[in-house]
Amino acid sequence: MKLDRTSFITLIAVMGAALVLALLNQMTAAASAAHVPTYVIALAGKYLCFAMLALAVDLVWGFAGILSLGHAAFFALGGYAMGMYLMRQIGTRGVYGNPNLPDFMVFLGWKALPWYWTGFEWFGFAILMAMLVPAVLAGVFGWLAFRSRVTGVYLSIITQALTYALLLAFFRNDMGFGGNNGMTDFKDILGFNVQADSTRSALLVISAVVLCGQFLLARFVVDSRFGKILIAVRDTESRTRFLGYRPESYKLVVWVLSAIMAGIGGALYVPQVGIINPSEFAPGNSIEAVIWVAVGGRGTLVGAILGAIIVNFGKTWFTGALPEVWLYALGAMFIFVTLFLPRGVMGLVRTSAPKEPEPETPAVAAAHEVTG
Amino acid sequence: MSEGDTLLYLDGVTVSFDGFKALNALSLTLEEGEMRAMVGPNGAGKTTMMDVITGKTRPDSGKVVFGKDTDLTRLDEPAIASLGIGRKFQKPTVFEPHTVWDNLLLALAGDRGARFTLFARETPEEKRRIESILETTRLTDQRKRRSADLSHGQKQWLEIGMLLAQEPKLLLVDEPVAGMTDAETEQTAVLLREINKTRSVVVVEHDMAFVRALGVKVTVLHEGSVLSEGSLDFVSEDPKVIEVYLGR
Repeated sequence: MKLDRTSFITLIAVMGAALVLALLNQMTAAASAAHVPTYVIALAGKYLCFAMLALAVDLVWGFAGILSLGHAAFFALGGYAMGMYLMRQIGTRGVYGNPNLPDFMVFLGWKALPWYWTGFEWFGFAILMAMLVPAVLAGVFGWLAFRSRVTGVYLSIITQALTYALLLAFFRNDMGFGGNNGMTDFKDILGFNVQADSTRSALLVISAVVLCGQFLLARFVVDSRFGKILIAVRDTESRTRFLGYRPESYKLVVWVLSAIMAGIGGALYVPQVGIINPSEFAPGNSIEAVIWVAVGGRGTLVGAILGAIIVNFGKTWFTGALPEVWLYALGAMFIFVTLFLPRGVMGLVRTSAPKEPEPETPAVAAAHEVTG
Repeated sequence: MSEGDTLLYLDGVTVSFDGFKALNALSLTLEEGEMRAMVGPNGAGKTTMMDVITGKTRPDSGKVVFGKDTDLTRLDEPAIASLGIGRKFQKPTVFEPHTVWDNLLLALAGDRGARFTLFARETPEEKRRIESILETTRLTDQRKRRSADLSHGQKQWLEIGMLLAQEPKLLLVDEPVAGMTDAETEQTAVLLREINKTRSVVVVEHDMAFVRALGVKVTVLHEGSVLSEGSLDFVSEDPKVIEVYLGR
């Protein structure tokens, strides 16, 4: 796989920034001017997890034309899988000191752990579930929707309904996922204190590594012949059918892959923010993820990462300085990008870069071969 | 299968949309290696006929048989395409963001499964086939251009090239010369005759000069069924055809 310059710079920037932040947090004294406070580390880690969600959205929206308005559901499901693991690690340190049951279950008067919590005391199992649960949900949903040739706005609306249904389900106490309070007060992850500076720094670096891995995987997929067919499906689905391709299976593959990527993002998000609750399923979250991609530049992958970081940085700043203005700013940003930057921030990068060389004619190509 | 065998056989095919009969008991036989021109006024059912053959539309009644005994009405578009029926649309439909080369690459006959295409690499054999199609369609110089940047005529040829890449037994070509210059029209006729040396072709066309240039058997459709069939001179003398065209 050949990597273009923009992709290469992005990988270096993500890894470099995460490492520098983590090192400045770990290696400098708290009083030092170069010290990076731990809240910045957690914030940066959170942005990288959002970038994974954005990447997942861009993969399906930018390359397969599936505008998902429910992608945060996969992210939240991955988050819940990790949350369940973290709850099981609390052990007797909960308020009620019950070695098996999380506090909220004791509070509800439950006597035993529900069957679907089995195995979540193991980290590996939880990670597996963080990928498998979104994959299975996406698989069933996608199989039904794509086979019935549901596309466009209709599909978007169903994805929105999906995340809303999950929101309502997870709000219920008897679902066994902590109801509207969700899960929090985590203590350990793999034996390390989740609150500790060193754990946070490690999680940030791990998030950066995983994000880069996901980016490379997405790049591989869209650069392959599969990716070219996907773009063809995005633009002229019926034509691909008459060429003998089955668009539904192409969409399904990329849709499930995207759900897994979002699930992993959610699993890394939860230990860094320290809480998971049903509000992660809120339809607004999924819509915001689409805005990140639009701002960064749809169908560019790099833009998804960029957009997630830029918009969330803006959100952090606004909600600190002018909290009541944020939603207006977000809306304005979306309108501005749609009207003036249809290719997002990446459109700016592309147009300022030197133009692509003229297509080679056979004579020029032959001359190149001779001189080269 | 040899020359003279029946390649495509439509028998009593009826398609109605909200009571309107787009095809009305249409029967048609196409032989192996034949090129056939289909003409007829707007709404005669030419495009619907192609939709039925390619699996886009299911007929209400009637038989559509390909080759010896393949019932096309039971199959969907990708399955029919894999059997060897290629279709060119009225409006040139190429994959605009892709280069001319990639358009042909995606059209090349081969494994259509996601598992294959995810790891597929361009083989020398594929390169050779693409190069030969580029030559046939006179697009060699354009091979690295985005297909969106091609002229209208070049897009039409690219689409014909994509059809060739599929290596179909039968090509359905819907109005290939609409919007083309006279020179392009002439070249297209040459191209189709060239293609017809190895494959069967059905051409739907309004342009009578073009149909004359093809010099093949003509089928005139009217209100969803065959009105007349024969050489162009024969059908243009046919009183039924004259009546329909002159609206007496």
